[in-house]
Amino acid sequence: MNRSEPAQEQGPSARPAAATLEFREATKIYPGQDDPAVDALSLTVPAGEICVLVGPSGCGKTTAMRMVNRMIDITSGDILLDGRSVRERRPAELRREIGYAIQQIGLFPHLTVADNIATVPRLLGWPKDRTRARVDQLLELVSLDPADTRDRYPAQLSGGQRQRVGVARALAADPPLMLMDEPFGAIDPINRERLQNEFLRLQKEIRKTVVFVTHDIDEAIKMGDRIAVLQRGGKLAQYAPPAELLMYPNGRFVEDFVGADRALKRLALQRVRDIDLWKAPLVRVGEPVADARRKVQDSDVPYPLLVDADGRPLGWLSERALTGERVTEDLRSKAEPAVELDDVLRDALSDLLANEAQYGPVLDARGAVAGVLSLEIIGHALQEPPEQVRSGADALAADG
Amino acid sequence: MTTTYAFLGEFGDALQFIFQGETTREGAEVGGSQFLDLTWEHLKLSGVSMAIACAISIPLGLWLGHIRRGSFLAISLSNVGRAVPSLALIAFFVAYLGTGFANLTLSLVLLAIPPILTNTYVSVTQVERDTVDAARGMGMTGAEIVRKVELPLALPLIFGGIRISAVNVIATATIAPLAGINTLGDPIINVSGYGDTGRLAAAICVAALAIFTELTLGAVQRAVTPAGLKLEPDTASRRMRIRFGREATT
Amino acid sequence: MLDLIAQVQIQDRSSGDASCVADNGFCPSWIVDNLNRYTDPLLQHVYLTIVSLAIGFAISFGLALIAHRRRWLVAPITQITGVLYTLPSIAVFFLLLPITGRGNTTAIIALVAYSLLIIFRNIIAGLDNVPAETKDAGRGMGLTDRQLLWRVELPLALPEILAGLRIAATTTVGLATLAFFAGAGGLGERIFEDIVFKSNVVTAGALAVLLAAAFDVVILIVQRAVTPWARARAS
Repeated sequence: MNRSEPAQEQGPSARPAAATLEFREATKIYPGQDDPAVDALSLTVPAGEICVLVGPSGCGKTTAMRMVNRMIDITSGDILLDGRSVRERRPAELRREIGYAIQQIGLFPHLTVADNIATVPRLLGWPKDRTRARVDQLLELVSLDPADTRDRYPAQLSGGQRQRVGVARALAADPPLMLMDEPFGAIDPINRERLQNEFLRLQKEIRKTVVFVTHDIDEAIKMGDRIAVLQRGGKLAQYAPPAELLMYPNGRFVEDFVGADRALKRLALQRVRDIDLWKAPLVRVGEPVADARRKVQDSDVPYPLLVDADGRPLGWLSERALTGERVTEDLRSKAEPAVELDDVLRDALSDLLANEAQYGPVLDARGAVAGVLSLEIIGHALQEPPEQVRSGADALAADG
Repeated sequence: MTTTYAFLGEFGDALQFIFQGETTREGAEVGGSQFLDLTWEHLKLSGVSMAIACAISIPLGLWLGHIRRGSFLAISLSNVGRAVPSLALIAFFVAYLGTGFANLTLSLVLLAIPPILTNTYVSVTQVERDTVDAARGMGMTGAEIVRKVELPLALPLIFGGIRISAVNVIATATIAPLAGINTLGDPIINVSGYGDTGRLAAAICVAALAIFTELTLGAVQRAVTPAGLKLEPDTASRRMRIRFGREATT
Repeated sequence: MLDLIAQVQIQDRSSGDASCVADNGFCPSWIVDNLNRYTDPLLQHVYLTIVSLAIGFAISFGLALIAHRRRWLVAPITQITGVLYTLPSIAVFFLLLPITGRGNTTAIIALVAYSLLIIFRNIIAGLDNVPAETKDAGRGMGLTDRQLLWRVELPLALPEILAGLRIAATTTVGLATLAFFAGAGGLGERIFEDIVFKSNVVTAGALAVLLAAAFDVVILIVQRAVTPWARARAS
């Protein structure tokens, strides 16, 4: 999927929908301190991609993000937005072009949801009806009912709703770049997962360039097209797509930071449908035993899998089922675990281990057997070069 | 008039009046040492009133705060207290009970109670529940909690209340001559005996007395603030500032 | 001292229940008949209060805006206005006499001086209590400092600002009862004129208390009207 081109223009803005962001030796030294908070950070975020800045607390990830919209002034080096230095822009004007969402959300408690979202459009002097239409469009985009939500105050919303309004507000003027500072950090795990998925789905539609700050490596792997791991002192340790980061951490620090279970984490980036499955020896009741035996020989699986008329698995056949002329319904074991094509490999592996099984049938959307997944195949998947592995955003988008 | 304070104009005359006194056309000695008597009377009236007010409001405030009841009483008392003009209060007592030291003291006590009571109450309820809980967990009795935990932590704010009341009482004692007690207000209300210079001199004395009281009690307030609270000036002062508008006045 | 009291019993008590009035009693009929005697002092009282509050608010507001962006100014301004707050108004009336003479000006200066600390401190506290993340979000969306102040910080500080104004209003009504010492009239003048006559004291005193309560309620209503979000809770 080619994302380097700006996505086509959509929404009411005439600006390109995504911008390229480039850090060039960007450095921040706070007054009165010797050591830089961000040390000569250089990296490029292609238009339309999510770049996650991740690292332990005090690594300068938030500082790096806040230098982009000049909430923090750059000490030396530069940051370019579509090739133009942010240093030569007036801060207020620059910020109106950059979406901004923070963990504490920071909704204006004295303004209604609609007025909150309309903040930047009004600063930009949009006509009233255009602003109003945009507010409703955004509320729908973040899965809130405009008629119900529009006139409420932030105090009347749940935490998840507030976060959605925060994202809608950041998107209001259709900015080519979004800055998000742990936007889901204060949400409980279940809702966080939902908001993450929603945002990835949203991103598939709007294709913004996003700088996303988090301290949670799992969130980074899930959200990022590219991940920049920062270490204390604001040094960039590694900048790579998630799969590459997990497979080839370039040093002790990154290795420790991504965790000892990085291989497992990597499995979370791949789906069952993405890898080559074993062919399943599918047999039906009443089929000649000779055919069944041939199918088993052609396959990597030692036992035939009995399926019904629609191809749904009934169970693994025993030796006795193959003793007569025709296959009988004599099962060795049930066809468990049944894995689905859309499952991520990590979950599929977990299912296999939980059932103490070496392999299990993979079902397609209709429930019919599409192949067999085994521990061996999963082992091979880990060897696959990272460029073949999709990012979390793509994997989720593939659900579509 | 030979004067050391001539360059101050009328204020100079007033200062001379305070320190040297002068003789009226009728031959009476006014100003000078006579001002000492008036000041003494002023302080006595204020001091007695404040002592009684403290004796009533601090224990009551501590108790209400400790049991965390009576917030309505403590809060509305301070609102009502503000709305009743001191002149109206004193006039009411004079009209119904007559003049005299006791009646006047009673009215000043009523004037002084609300800020002290409210501040005491609020300061005790502001002591972190966790702190009180920890004290209880260590086996302190209710009285010990009040004495060893709540009171020390509440003292700064209590003194804030005392400060407000004291300055207010000193200011109001100026109109005490209306109730028959000769304080520094005498030259102000009974102008004929002292002249304009005497009146200005009295005003200077009252102002000085109020400032002196404020500064002294301010120093005491800082002295009684537990060292641990001074270390977190941000939270302590911030909390007090917040309270300023809502419940207590510091 | 009794001379003094006799001396100030100068007012006309010609109407109403003669014996009650002669006893300095509380005489409803006299009060009804003489209510109009209190109209002008009441209006004068209202005038003093409103003008003093308006000027006091304007000065405090200006000071607060200046100090808001220059934090180091908060302490000195608090100290100076603190001294003005500490000075007894009655003393200030006479301290000002040689400079501004008798009349409304002197009274208003003293009342304004007293209100500055109350209003200033509440505005600063209100601005300080605006959540940091709200300001951060506002700035991050491209509000200039001025826009942030007028569109976010001040609206959010309104409850505390108006709470300060309420305290200042009730206090000013009370202090304005002493304004007659500066020759500015008001309800205090009526009280002072006949301090032993219960009907007079109660009427003038009650009007002063009611006036204070009225200011309090009016500002409270304004506060509720302009801060609808403050009562919005999850339904």
